Amino acid sequence: MGFIRFLQGCARLVTQGGRAYWAWIAALCIAIGIGMAGYAHQFRVGLIATNMRDQITWAFYIGNFTFLVGVAAAAVLLVVPAYIYHWKPLKEVVVLGELLAISAITMCLLFVLVDMGRPDRFLHIVPGIGSPNWPRSLLAWDALVLNVYLAVNLIVAVHVLYSHFMRREYSKKIFVPLVLFSIPMAVGIHTVTAFLYNGMAARPYWNASILAPRFIASAFCSGPAVLLILFQVLRKATGLDIKDEAIWKVAELMSYAMFFNLFLLGAELFKEYYSHTEHLLYTRYYWQGIGSHTALVPFAWLSLACSLVAFLLFLIPSTRKNWVTLNLGCILIWAGVYIEKGMGLVVPGMTPDTLGEIYEYTPTANEWMVATGVFGVGFLVFTVLVKIAVPIMSGAFHVESRPAERAAAQPLTR
Amino acid sequence: MSPPKGLLPVLNGAEEAGPGHSRRAFLQMALGGAAVAALGACGVEDLLRKHLHELSKEELQALLARLEKKYSAQYGKKVSVAANAALPGVEFGYGLDLSRCIGCRRCVYACVRENNTSRKNPQIQWIRVLEMDKEHGVDLQHANPYYEAELVPRPGHFYMPVQCQQCRNPPCVKVCPVKATWKEPDGIVVIDYDWCIGCRCCTAACPYGARKFNWAEPDLSAEEMNPVTHYLGNRPRPRGVVEKCTFCIQRSRVGRYPACVEICPVGARKFGDLRDPQSEIRRVMETKRVFVFKEDLATEPQFYYFYAT
Amino acid sequence: MRSRGPRSLLALLALLAAPAAAATGPAAKGAPAPAADAPAKAEKAGGAPAEDLIQAEKPPFSEGIFPCSQCHQGPGDSKRRELAFHDDVQSTFDHDSEHRWCLDCHMNASRDVLHLANGDAVPFTESYRLCGQCHGDKYRDWRVGVHGKRVGMWNGQKTYYLCVNCHNPHSPRFKPLKPEPRPTRPEEMKR
Repeated sequence: MGFIRFLQGCARLVTQGGRAYWAWIAALCIAIGIGMAGYAHQFRVGLIATNMRDQITWAFYIGNFTFLVGVAAAAVLLVVPAYIYHWKPLKEVVVLGELLAISAITMCLLFVLVDMGRPDRFLHIVPGIGSPNWPRSLLAWDALVLNVYLAVNLIVAVHVLYSHFMRREYSKKIFVPLVLFSIPMAVGIHTVTAFLYNGMAARPYWNASILAPRFIASAFCSGPAVLLILFQVLRKATGLDIKDEAIWKVAELMSYAMFFNLFLLGAELFKEYYSHTEHLLYTRYYWQGIGSHTALVPFAWLSLACSLVAFLLFLIPSTRKNWVTLNLGCILIWAGVYIEKGMGLVVPGMTPDTLGEIYEYTPTANEWMVATGVFGVGFLVFTVLVKIAVPIMSGAFHVESRPAERAAAQPLTR
Repeated sequence: MSPPKGLLPVLNGAEEAGPGHSRRAFLQMALGGAAVAALGACGVEDLLRKHLHELSKEELQALLARLEKKYSAQYGKKVSVAANAALPGVEFGYGLDLSRCIGCRRCVYACVRENNTSRKNPQIQWIRVLEMDKEHGVDLQHANPYYEAELVPRPGHFYMPVQCQQCRNPPCVKVCPVKATWKEPDGIVVIDYDWCIGCRCCTAACPYGARKFNWAEPDLSAEEMNPVTHYLGNRPRPRGVVEKCTFCIQRSRVGRYPACVEICPVGARKFGDLRDPQSEIRRVMETKRVFVFKEDLATEPQFYYFYAT
Repeated sequence: MRSRGPRSLLALLALLAAPAAAATGPAAKGAPAPAADAPAKAEKAGGAPAEDLIQAEKPPFSEGIFPCSQCHQGPGDSKRRELAFHDDVQSTFDHDSEHRWCLDCHMNASRDVLHLANGDAVPFTESYRLCGQCHGDKYRDWRVGVHGKRVGMWNGQKTYYLCVNCHNPHSPRFKPLKPEPRPTRPEEMKR
């Protein structure tokens, strides 16, 4: 009975909101519409609608996928201190991190689906029905761990929210093991994704042991950025109690991750430029270009600049605690890592290709459209989840609250 | 030696039995064929299909019959789809004489014609001929597959064709998430085009750029289509799947040389059974300076480059 | 290099048509390997036929030129000179032309055959023995199929090519060929 009311309440929460809310939803729906139009074209003519070719066989879609796996993993940044160290201020808002993870994984799965040549055959990777190539194929592992991570986050978040809604304590027996499990899982999903690249001897740019640590560092330093902004928005709009210390603590942890990310980048650059083997070619393509092929060079330096400035802003306590510089830093680190881990990882790994050919890749309009749609879906999922979760967390939406009270508990009134 | 597990059943084993058996087999096949034809109309059996290695002999026969019917209708000529297993005790080896190749690309187009690859948008060629110059030697940074010339060989240049190396330690087989590609006992690394999900992990993992993707519906006309096909080789591919050189599996498993070997005007290509001491390829291995491409990656190809002179 | 049609088809025709006397049963004795490494063996891997019957393509005579005894009866002038007939061949001759001329390979006494350095006659279908005198390394490689070309069955019947099927004996160096078109660049493939 309570569950029906829960669902009804959720439906009501999602369909009621102020102007800003509906404008946001409309924008997302437009994005999704654009995505669907783009994908319809791609579905009709094939992946030739992208600019991917045999020479660069993974590009924009998989670059986005890689970045978003990092975002999904970054939810753990909130989980670790909250549950390991029982840091009170963070515990309240960890659920939001898990909701972000769910949205990010949704986007990851969608990006994989739009990148596949035969999405109609996705069942082939399902154990029992298909024939997943365990244990050798990292992609088979990735499919497994991403879905398990999604399931774990869904179970935990839904359980916590529903328990809050029912005004009872969540079951520690379900909850604690799953949460503790989600910590290595988060590291796991991103490590498996890193190993996917790492294991390819054919691509020297990726075939470096440093890739897995770099992935973790870049995930932890960028993923929570969107949460920091979200927390500030929610605090103002809903009165949800998120302490300054919680936000600053996350920012502080992120700054350490940023340092580590920059350090690992430095280590990689040293190895490539100092040893100066033929493998330097890929790194040089990214940072300097090769001959007239310089398409990625501005993005390489832009990404570095963003990451450096963000690092300083987050490191220095005065700029970390200043909301303007903090938010600027969030945008900068998100942009920096998005470039570095998206196009900055996938494309240089394949340029030049295995036979020395340089094909300069930039996404087609079609790819932009599809990516827009996927982000639209992800943000929509996140919006809907947050719209439900916040009133539950603030205590406004619960099983005993009357419809009128529930209606009054509208989070975003701007 | 008995065929290892996972080997495709040989289709024509049914002929060995007596007439009664073959009549029954025929009936089974006809009924099976009818059933799958009916299901095929709704595309259901495609969805419910198991991995190739899990199919029974009858299911495989029915599958091949269905495909033959489909391709024959599509191309307006009688198309055969075989599924010959590897010849027992055979280990294929391929030799390419770099002192002879003149870069004429006749192998590229013979392969295209024999193997029904897409002609345009995308243009798929399983063989890629790299032009290099003698000053830099075998140096991929200075390799050029797009050379155009009135006559080849161009002075000061040499030519190195690259195709699937049929590695003994294939990275592509390792990374495929659905086991759509595997190495057969005779050494050919094959792809089941009806199982491939088009993720292109194999294309990323291949050090030799051998794997090609059907970025769109393949462009193959009925006139150009070679109707003698093998399930794992040159049968027409759907879009969205990966393909590559199979040592002309439809030819080599019935004892014929691959198309590229036969067309080469300078005799630069050698092919045969590495276990046969009298074969050309064994002689090459024993008497010539042989090397493999990207040896440091320990892929252990069954494709060998050599200098005869 | 002269281009030919489907080679195995020609080989078959060569067998069936049984041309003029000089193309003596190549299958029977035309195995390019001397007895020492003839590929006769009891069984081959892959269940192929017990013996490799290796058939040769015909020597590439110009139209109507063979048999030479149509015109040449008995020995002629053996002194090196400019020829009135066969001047087309002589004018393009560049096979060590400084030291060699026609009768170093063609037998003066009987123009229907060639001759080795020791005077032994060699039919045109075995001209490889003549080439092998100077080009021993190529000959050894050709005998086992490493040099030159074979088509047909890797585990059975093959058609091998005589030296002269690919190398014009009077001007042996391979002429450059026009290459087939370059592949499409990735950016040129659009839909």
